[in-house]
This record gives sequence, structure tokens and C-alpha cells, in this order.
Amino acid sequence: MASIHNAVLDLKRLDLLANGNSSIHRLDARAKVLVTLIFTICVVSNDRYELTALFPFFIFPVAMISLANLPPLFIMKKIALLCPFVVAVGIFNPVFDRVIILQLGSIGISGGWISFASIMARSTLTVGAAFILVASTGFTAVCQALEGLGMPKVFAVQLLFLYRYIFVLTEESGRASRARELRSCGKKGQGIHSFGSLVGHLLLRTWQRAERIHMAMLARGFTGAFHASRQSRFGIPEIRFVLAWSALFIFLRFQNASQLLGSLVTGLFP
Amino acid sequence: MSHHIVEVRNLQHVYSDGTAALKDISFIITHGESVGIIGANGAGKSTLLQHLNGSLEPTGGSIHIGHTPLSKGTLPDIRRTVGMVFQDPDDQLFMPTVYDDVAFGPLNLGYSIDDVEQRVTEVLELVGAGHLRDKPPYHLSGGEKKRVAIATVLSMSPDILVMDEPTNGLDPFARRQLMKLMKDFKHTRIFTSHDLDMVLELCGRVIVLHEGEVWADGPPLEIFGNSKLLAECRLEKPLSMQGCPVCGNNPAKDIN
Ligand SMILES: Nc1ncnc2c1ncn2[C@@H]1O[C@H](COP(=O)(O)OP(=O)(O)O)[C@@H](O)[C@H]1O
Ligand SMILES: [Mg+2]
Repeated sequence: MASIHNAVLDLKRLDLLANGNSSIHRLDARAKVLVTLIFTICVVSNDRYELTALFPFFIFPVAMISLANLPPLFIMKKIALLCPFVVAVGIFNPVFDRVIILQLGSIGISGGWISFASIMARSTLTVGAAFILVASTGFTAVCQALEGLGMPKVFAVQLLFLYRYIFVLTEESGRASRARELRSCGKKGQGIHSFGSLVGHLLLRTWQRAERIHMAMLARGFTGAFHASRQSRFGIPEIRFVLAWSALFIFLRFQNASQLLGSLVTGLFP
Repeated sequence: MSHHIVEVRNLQHVYSDGTAALKDISFIITHGESVGIIGANGAGKSTLLQHLNGSLEPTGGSIHIGHTPLSKGTLPDIRRTVGMVFQDPDDQLFMPTVYDDVAFGPLNLGYSIDDVEQRVTEVLELVGAGHLRDKPPYHLSGGEKKRVAIATVLSMSPDILVMDEPTNGLDPFARRQLMKLMKDFKHTRIFTSHDLDMVLELCGRVIVLHEGEVWADGPPLEIFGNSKLLAECRLEKPLSMQGCPVCGNNPAKDIN
């Protein structure tokens, strides 16, 4: 569980990256949320056997990471953390879907493998875009933007609380499991018994701490709305940012740019 | 100003597990008073303080802040009046950076962003935490967290300052700094502490809690001079009133 603890500290680092001051950071959160949404829709709506058409979309995360000065390795590691879940979702495709749809020399590649690869590519793209959004905007600002874009306030606040409680839960679990490790002197810590009671304690403690934090928020005048501490408005740079990227995404969605490039190259050099 | 009177009448609190933490507490604190609430661990100090801004609901009895009874409807106003520093700073700090955390209250009160900026800067300087501004609260040491937690409350300019063990975990310098800050605070101050020397120095009045009841209520010298009372309530004289173990001088004798 110590590793969960570290993973969450990392999540906080993601949030901290949002304090940067690049041209991307300075954009109004709504613009970034909007572009990320359009990006996600364009990527996800691709056909399940589509693979080549997805590659050009990687230009968006790459461009954002470099423009916003985000640490690329860190973001990639975060995405890799989710890989096991994605693999679990897609792993049965090759088993059930054995129709050969691509012939590479003598090796036939089944539709299952193609769709598996496609799932991997799509989730890398969308999860990556979400991480980049949080890292360049901050979770609080993302929620505010969602609210500004018409999501009901209740949902926005719920989302924020969920996010805070993830931290609360993992902090508590980090502390509790460290205490258990230290006192079990390298042995397994009386096995399942102490583990069961540890989990029980954990839920109670998390509940209580969440309640106390909520109390502290109420004590400081919290009425269900989070206010931004940075002023921002939807101006010319935002409009340019949204229009340019969404035009590109929609183009990439309806034109297979890889094939286009391929046929261009083969057309030029017959 | 009658506005800042704190009146507690026959307050009782029973926790959901059946623990009777407060049994019939009554007192009135008038404007500008500095009151120390002392008592052993588990005496009910934190429970009592959490009632003062409506964080806990009384099982019996009532609380009035400036003649306004504490109820659901008056809660927002009362929370603006009563600034509360919780015992555990981890409960109080929940935003991604120190700045955001200190700005949280003033933003909720509807101040403009420029005002908030100025206020946060002032308050962080006041508690000696200006350099921590852009740090995430969870990376701070215990004492630094405590100072930031105090700043989050001061930034809302409360009329009544309530603090649960404010100097707990502070280094001597930070403790001095905080004591000066509390001395300079013009309005009503109510705090709990095991730091009896601080209570002696800062308070005009001391309330002794023992097992959920008020056992004594009076000027500090009177309370700390009553050895029988202190022993019953598992308390001690402040160090400054005890005989000096090195030179044998006993300042308590001069006082009596
Ligand atoms: N959430 C709770 N549930 C049940 N009992 C509690 C809870 N919080 C505190 N208590 C009990 O209430 C009593 C008073 O606690 P508290 O007010 O925290 O004391 P202290 O004077 O040390 O601040 C203690 O006996 C404690 O065990
Ligand atoms: Mg306490």
C-alpha cells in the first residue's frame, strides 16, 4: 500500500504542475477543457479496427507537453500506471476475434489484435490528454470550467470532493499500513486478521477525517462553490486555441492522415 | 460591543457511541476577553470548542453568539464571526497550495481577487509563513502547517478567534511569535492549551474543564494558586510559578 501512497503523492505533483506559467497554463481553463473534450470525442469515435488513423492524433499531447513545459517522462509513467486496466479490458479481443484482416508478409494479423492495439492507442491518447489537462490547469479549475460550460454545479462539487477524498483515503492508508509494517517486524503482520481490522479502521478513519475536513471548509464559509484565485477570461487567444485544435481534430477524424501521407509519398516516388 | 458576546447555556454533548463528552456547561464570555480553557486529555475541550461555530450540534442546551442563537439559519453569519483553528492542521488544509488554502475563506466571503491577494500576503507575513506561499501544505512540517492553519482563519478577519491547542508543536520562536499575535488581536480570544505558561501570560480568565464539566472559572493566578483543584483535574502549575530547580527561587511565594 506504500506504493499507492506514492502514486497519490504523484497525483498531487500533477496538480502542482498546474502552478506553472507557460502560455498553455495562462489560457482560460474552459478553452482547455473544450479542446480536450473535442479531442476525446474525435479519438474515441474512431472505428474499432482503426489504428493508422489514430497516430496523427499524438501530435496534440506532444505539442501540449512541450508548450506547457511538462515533464514528459512523468506523464508517460502516469499513463503506464493505467495500462494494466486497459489490457484487462482489451485482452479478450484477440481470443474471440480471430478473423485475419491484415496480411504482413506470411504473418496474418487477426482483427482481435488490431482492435486490441486500437484500444491501447485510444486509451493512451485520451488518458494522456486528461493528465495533461490537469497538469496544465489544476483539478479545481477543471471542475470550475466544467461548471462554466454548463455542467450542473452539484456534479462539479461532487467531482471535487471525490478528488479530495481520494487523497484523504490514500493518506490514511499510507499511515496505517506503515504503522502495521513497523510493528510486525518484517513478518507478515499476523496475516489476514490484522489486515481485516486495518481495512475497517481505515474506512472509519477516512470517513471521520473527510467529515472533519468538510467541517473546516464549512467553518471558512464554504457554500458549495469553489472560487478561482486567478482571474481569467475567454479572449482572443482562447478562441484561436479552440478553433485551431478542433479544426485539426475534425480533419484528422474524417481524413486518414497517415494514409494520405503514405499515398502522397508513394505517389511522389513510384 | 455586545456583538461579540459568547454565551453557552447548559451545553451537553453525547457522541453517537454514547460517550458523554460535555455535561451541563455554562459560561458567558464578553467582548475583548482572552479566555484559556484547560483540562486533562479527554476533558472535552475540543468538543466544547467545536460547538462554538456549529461544527458539532449540541445534544442539549444552547449557544448564543452576540445574542444570536446558534441555529441552522444563523450558521453562515456565525461562521463569519467565529474563526476556528482546529487541533489537527491536516484537517484544516485541503487546497493544493498554501496560497490557495489561505485564499479559500476570503474568496468564499466574496472579496475581489486583488483584495484576496493582499490579504493573503499580509496574513502569511503575520504568522511568519510568507516563504511557504507556493508550497503544497502536505509538504510542510508540523509547526509550519499549524502556522498556515492559523493564517487561513486570520485571513477572514474574524471577530472571535477560537483556537484548539494553537502552540502545540511550535518551536519556541514560533510560539513567541504566535503569542505576540494573539496579544495584538483586539477581539475575543478563546483557546485551549496544555501550555499553561502561555495561558498565564495571555489570559485574563481561565476555565477548567474536568470530565465534561466546568470545575473552575476565574482569574489565572487564583486558579493556578489552588493546588487541590489542579491535582484533582490532573493539571500542574505553570513552570513560571514553580520553584526554580536551579537557583531555588520560588516566584509563587512573591505572588501570594
Ligand atoms: N468522534 C467521537 N466519537 C466518540 N467519542 C469521542 C469523539 N471525539 C471525542 N470523543 C470522546 O469525548 C471525550 C472528550 O474528547 P475531546 O473533546 O477531544 O477532549 P480534549 O479535552 O482532549 O480535547 C473523550 O473521552 C473522547 O474519547
Ligand atoms: Mg483536544
